[in-house]
Amino acid sequence: MPPDASKPTATVKDNREKMLERAMSRHHYSGDALIEVLHAAQELYGFLSIPLLQSIARKLRLPPSRVLGVATFYHFFSLAPKGEHFFQVCTGTACYVAGAQSLLDVLERRCCKSGGTSPDGKVSVQSARCIGSCGLAPAVIYDGKILARLTPEQLNAELDRIGVK
Amino acid sequence: MTFEELMEQQARELERQRALSRRIYCCTAAGCVSCGAEAVRKAVAAEIKSRELDGTMEVCGTGCMGLCSQGPLVRTSDDGALYGNVEAADAAALVSAAPADDPRLAQRRIDTSTPFFVKQKKIVLANSGVVDPERIADYIAAGGYQALAKAVAEMTPREVIAEVRASGLRGRGGAGYPTALKWELVAKQPGATKYVVCNADEGDPGAFMDRSVLEGDPHRVLEGMAIAGYAVGAQQGYVYVRGEYTLAIQRLQAAIRQAERERLLGSRIFEDTFQFRVDLRIGAGAFVCGEETALIASIEGRRGQPRQRPPYPPESGLWGKPTLINNVETFANIPPILVNGGEWFAGIGSAPSTGTKVFALAGKIVNTGLIEVPMGTSLREIVFDIGGGVPGGGEFKAAQTGGPSGGCIPAEFLDTPVDFESLARIGSIMGSGGLIVMDKTSSMVDVARYFMEFCMEESCGKCIPCRAGTAQMHDILTRILKREATRADLEMLERLCVLLGETSLCGLGQTAPNPVLSTLKYFRREYEELLPAEHSAAGGER
Repeated sequence: MPPDASKPTATVKDNREKMLERAMSRHHYSGDALIEVLHAAQELYGFLSIPLLQSIARKLRLPPSRVLGVATFYHFFSLAPKGEHFFQVCTGTACYVAGAQSLLDVLERRCCKSGGTSPDGKVSVQSARCIGSCGLAPAVIYDGKILARLTPEQLNAELDRIGVK
Repeated sequence: MTFEELMEQQARELERQRALSRRIYCCTAAGCVSCGAEAVRKAVAAEIKSRELDGTMEVCGTGCMGLCSQGPLVRTSDDGALYGNVEAADAAALVSAAPADDPRLAQRRIDTSTPFFVKQKKIVLANSGVVDPERIADYIAAGGYQALAKAVAEMTPREVIAEVRASGLRGRGGAGYPTALKWELVAKQPGATKYVVCNADEGDPGAFMDRSVLEGDPHRVLEGMAIAGYAVGAQQGYVYVRGEYTLAIQRLQAAIRQAERERLLGSRIFEDTFQFRVDLRIGAGAFVCGEETALIASIEGRRGQPRQRPPYPPESGLWGKPTLINNVETFANIPPILVNGGEWFAGIGSAPSTGTKVFALAGKIVNTGLIEVPMGTSLREIVFDIGGGVPGGGEFKAAQTGGPSGGCIPAEFLDTPVDFESLARIGSIMGSGGLIVMDKTSSMVDVARYFMEFCMEESCGKCIPCRAGTAQMHDILTRILKREATRADLEMLERLCVLLGETSLCGLGQTAPNPVLSTLKYFRREYEELLPAEHSAAGGER
């Protein structure tokens, strides 16, 4: 790359497109691999935009309705961009019994409803099915890291720290 | 690889391990990792390096050691001592001449003569906490892939199935269908293309058994699948694993690569004509995909919606071909059955539920973690002897088994043996092995509402009884909790239980009423108490 690359964003984008293309070719552009391809696309772009879904449908030769149907069926796929910070509250039985709802209440009161992103784009909140860390209940995955045995007070303090009003 | 080469590799690795003065095992399963196990492992590795002990000591990560509530856990090989709540600062003591004499470590030492350890019997988890899941050599040293070698070299597919039949093994996914019967069904289907699928879409809230097996001993599951492939005549296997289980996915991917490199998967396995490949399919977060026809749809890249059965997957599964679907724990039981014989396995547990069962203990219990006990162990032994009872001297109220398809078992049934039939008799199910203990602070109506909310959200929407029924039941339960419901609502709730059970398309809807039914049966008073006074005059016989 030249030292004064004038369009760094374009280079990044090209690269992502190429990587998605590679994921599709690895599966021989088979429609059966739609879920694998959507996983790859979300990992690269962070979320699945409608134009992205359309281009995947074209490349895998699938009706757009099927691609949208699959993308909206599974909880894992997100059709809107995620916030700066991401809280996933485990609502498995052990966490629920240990008070996960009170954590979710704090986030819903201060940020947004579960499954959404706060209006300022700062925080996304989601409830997760059991994350399998029942010994740490109640657990919250915060930007990919597990917060164990979390209390509403600790959660409030963290929200204060990252500047949520 | 030939059988001789396998034995040679085993001998070589055992020799190498014996030459070490100490192996330090750090539990690197998800539970311990999330409380800092990686930092401990790195600190120990650095300590070994700085003291130039490279040839004499080594640190390795292992699967779940069981006592998740005291993680990170570390075990030393020379004296077999187990330490809990270990910190990176303990690294120096762990590599010292006598770690057990270190005052800090002495405090962290866990007594392994307690019922939590001695009452367990480990078959599925035999290697968990003992082998490094990221090294195939460790698995081979522990006797790995010898069952596959035996099957391919010495047995016909029919003999393999006969051995599984003799073991009495039943599906560990929850329903308890005899494994050999399923294998036979697939084996006798005509056609050259068949599939073996490992259902690792462990979705019950409160269950993390399959996750621990995949993270702690992935090769055992692959070996079990390959043996199944040989027995039923399949050349391709898929592991359908939950997208949430990132660590399990990484370890499985690594394990598949290693096994292929050693020619233990792929073509010409043990120099035979038998070939078997395994690929991963990552789930995308849909509980219903644990249902076998929905799982098949999902592997085919479609929405995970179940379809009418028959035809069952053994006749028409993946891409319309005969397909064998078993759970992780079922496959993990196969290698020891072939090595030790079906009769050995049948001698464990209580017929007709043979062998052991892995449970994930969680909720209001002292020893949260992963345990494995012979079938037929009483609930009391599991909760009080092994689990250590309710913390802080609280009173046991109920144990929930089987997740959203199961039920709540009250204290009066604590002496029930845990096996498929006994649990069904008292209105719960074995399920995949989640066991959540509740004390007096848990409202059973709220628990029922919690599971109904889960089923409502996870309903795939294909059939109306489940789609609309779960929403109606959730609505009634919510109103009961708000004290806004009438006796007529309670009656409607009971009618809906029957309706969903009898008319839903798949297991999700059919079993969704179970938590309501069992709490109504054993804790009816709690429902009655929430009805407004004028309606509950006749209530509360219990």
